[in-house]
Amino acid sequence: MDTSILTRIQSDVQNNKVMLYMKGTPVFPQCGFSAAVVAVLNNLGVDYHSENVLEDPGIRQGIKEYANWPTIPQLYVKGEFVGGCDIVREMYETGELAQVLTDAGIEVRSAA
Amino acid sequence: MPMSAGEIEQMIRSALPDADVRIEDLRGDGDHYAAYIVSDAFKGKSRVAQHQLVYAALQGRMGTELHALSLQTKAPDRA
Repeated sequence: MDTSILTRIQSDVQNNKVMLYMKGTPVFPQCGFSAAVVAVLNNLGVDYHSENVLEDPGIRQGIKEYANWPTIPQLYVKGEFVGGCDIVREMYETGELAQVLTDAGIEVRSAA
Repeated sequence: MPMSAGEIEQMIRSALPDADVRIEDLRGDGDHYAAYIVSDAFKGKSRVAQHQLVYAALQGRMGTELHALSLQTKAPDRA
């Protein structure tokens, strides 16, 4: 992975408490899995930063190497990889995601 | 070239010989599956680590030939 890509990923995941790499944007998700994670974050009323990997092939590939995770979306909380769509949904349904966010000092406006 | 349910199951089994594997074809297009896997190999591992084991078993096909594989993994719950 190109070092400039790595540096950008590291800075994005470190500087954004909640960072979502997705296909499309929160307003126009371009993949069902990305849309599902956006819905979860919106339901929890969490502020987050997102990156549309469709606009940057370098990031799209680099983030897969960074997390050793072959698909998009990818959710990071406080620099830590939390999971893709399956795991985020599973954690949301068990209430674990709201807990992880609260433990990380992130405001969850409507705990599910 | 999309994968068959049998191919997916076989690859997972060869990497996780003890695994109890159930594959569900969600759309019949060879590209959207769900897999329910129970294996001792998952014991003590985070969900991310468990899924990474399955992705490794698929030897790079996840996200390339295989677009969507919804995963549910767990260690066997022994009483």
